Amino acid sequence: MKPVYLDNNATTAVAQEVLDEMLPYLKDLYGNPSSMHTFGGQLHGRIEDARGKVAELIGAEPDEIIFTSCGTESDNTAIMSPVESYPQKKHIVTTRVEHPAVRSFCRHLARKGYKVTFLPVDNQGRLAMETLLKAISDDTAVVTIMYANNETGVIFPIQEIGEILRERKIIFHTDAVQAVGKVPVDVKKLPVDMLSLSGHKLHAPKGVGALYVRKGTRFNPYLIGGHQEKGRRAGTENIASIIGLGKACEMARKNLREDVSYLGRLRDKLEKSLLALCPDSRVNGDIEHRLPNTTNISFEYVEGEAILLRINEHGICASSGSACTSGSLEPSHVLRAMGIPYTCIHGSIRFSLSRYTTEEEIDTVTEIMPGIIKDLRALSPFGREKLSTTT
Amino acid sequence: MWDYTDKVKECFLNPKNVGEIENPDAVGEVGSIVCGDALKLTLKVDRETNTITDAKFQTFGCASAIASSTALTEIIKGKTLDEALKVTNQELADYLGGLPKEKMHCSVMGREALEAAVANYRGETRPSEKEERIVCECFDVSEEKIRKVAMENHLTTVEEITDYTKAGGGCGSCIPDIEDILRDIWSVKAPPEKPKEPKKLTTLQKIALIQEVIEKEIRPRLQEDGGDIELIDIEGNKVIVGLRGMCVACPMGGVTMKGIEEKLRELVSGDIVVEQA
Repeated sequence: MKPVYLDNNATTAVAQEVLDEMLPYLKDLYGNPSSMHTFGGQLHGRIEDARGKVAELIGAEPDEIIFTSCGTESDNTAIMSPVESYPQKKHIVTTRVEHPAVRSFCRHLARKGYKVTFLPVDNQGRLAMETLLKAISDDTAVVTIMYANNETGVIFPIQEIGEILRERKIIFHTDAVQAVGKVPVDVKKLPVDMLSLSGHKLHAPKGVGALYVRKGTRFNPYLIGGHQEKGRRAGTENIASIIGLGKACEMARKNLREDVSYLGRLRDKLEKSLLALCPDSRVNGDIEHRLPNTTNISFEYVEGEAILLRINEHGICASSGSACTSGSLEPSHVLRAMGIPYTCIHGSIRFSLSRYTTEEEIDTVTEIMPGIIKDLRALSPFGREKLSTTT
Repeated sequence: MWDYTDKVKECFLNPKNVGEIENPDAVGEVGSIVCGDALKLTLKVDRETNTITDAKFQTFGCASAIASSTALTEIIKGKTLDEALKVTNQELADYLGGLPKEKMHCSVMGREALEAAVANYRGETRPSEKEERIVCECFDVSEEKIRKVAMENHLTTVEEITDYTKAGGGCGSCIPDIEDILRDIWSVKAPPEKPKEPKKLTTLQKIALIQEVIEKEIRPRLQEDGGDIELIDIEGNKVIVGLRGMCVACPMGGVTMKGIEEKLRELVSGDIVVEQA
């Protein structure tokens, strides 16, 4: 069974064009770009080509791009660098809905004695700007706020936040792992000092990411060792993946305008159909400011893992914020921070599309989901009085 | 992804005995939608022989919760109430060819629903209605349940207790309590540990230590939930604090204060009393 893959915020397929560009570097051209011989040394130029392509996608200068091993490394580096660059500053500001790459790292620093402010969000997942204004002070080493949320797709007002922080001369990092390649991101206009992105979210392979560091920003490397990346990130370059990331960024840039409208149209179609066909369902998050590829829908009175495993039988891949799928016993910290009722959190399903999602796939989901929700509700002890009137 | 057996998958995809018996002789309801799983069991019981003639369930929960409900109802049908009560959660898991250890609490929930239904049939007070000490506030788990499940399944670690009852899987503040219970169950015969000499701290050391614990251990946790704490004064063993931010309006304030006291008792001195200003 060919999967109906609607879990692209988890990871994406490697684009064929990306794979084709990578293969020679996994086979014959295995040299080390730091070597003195041509066989290795010639690869240096290819890395710089890729750097240029990544930079171009987000409007950066090539030497503002540092290749890393993943989004998590980019995020950890971006938080640690200002903390080490400004040792007298002991305060970090973030939100309550960050990805674990930021959230757990901030908690780690809190245990080490840093003061961390986790800004709240409202029931649409939106940040209240006044809480940010109240939180920041001269003691703030860095503010790290995601560009778009991985679970709900809600986009944060990075421009506005950045303007405030620039005026206050506070370092601003945004985890844009979910945003780059899905919405236009241009650091020429966007007042951010650092920005993280990840390869496998935009059709490059897993195990490669990048960190944008604006020229003039104080920087401290996280990995210490060789002189790679001009001393900003040690470790022999993952050449094939870096070249893959470059190609993926080039494709994202060329397709962006088309992708945004295509994804938005399919996502809206899926969302509208499911809301219409499944009573007692609702969308989580601010629908006005959202990634075009993401929808997070709660189906009340049923549990997410049960839904996922039932749709899995039809080859449909999605995610849930339910406790049972999280590996811990507590459901999604994002939906909890939004104050979504537990009846809805446990039954939340995230569908995330990519440019390779087809209309037929959306139709398949629309066809299969309502029956599964109805079946599982017939199993559930909750919401029965409502069910008798709505089904 | 969970490693479910084919039997779990089968019992989840094609559950048996789904629904609610009309005019049931016994009803057992356990769990809650907040905790993420709940089971309502209805039974038809032959009054002459006390035999379960029919059993149906409604379950809100994951695949293993639904599969465990199928297992439960299949196993107990045709059994007398006394026979049914002898069915252990392990037998439910065995019926399913085993459950991932993190999912054992689903089999425990099935067992509990049965107990609740039998108690309901016999007109007994259900355990949850009795006065019992709740150990895990996050998942509403009593000491009695922890003891029972630990004994029946030979559980010796906090992790296992969490897998089987969820206790300790939320905020984690009850973990020392669970450790005490486990120690109590499994080391009854061991000679009692000599109480440690309480550390003698000077007043200055004590104040510094209290401040450090509040800064490093307590404040970060409260801040994650939008709250904060202010140390106002220390008089002998009495620590006076003020809760700030979200904590002010939080209905869990009492629990929070208790947690703060426990943390300070653990890390500073066993006789500390925390009061709110």
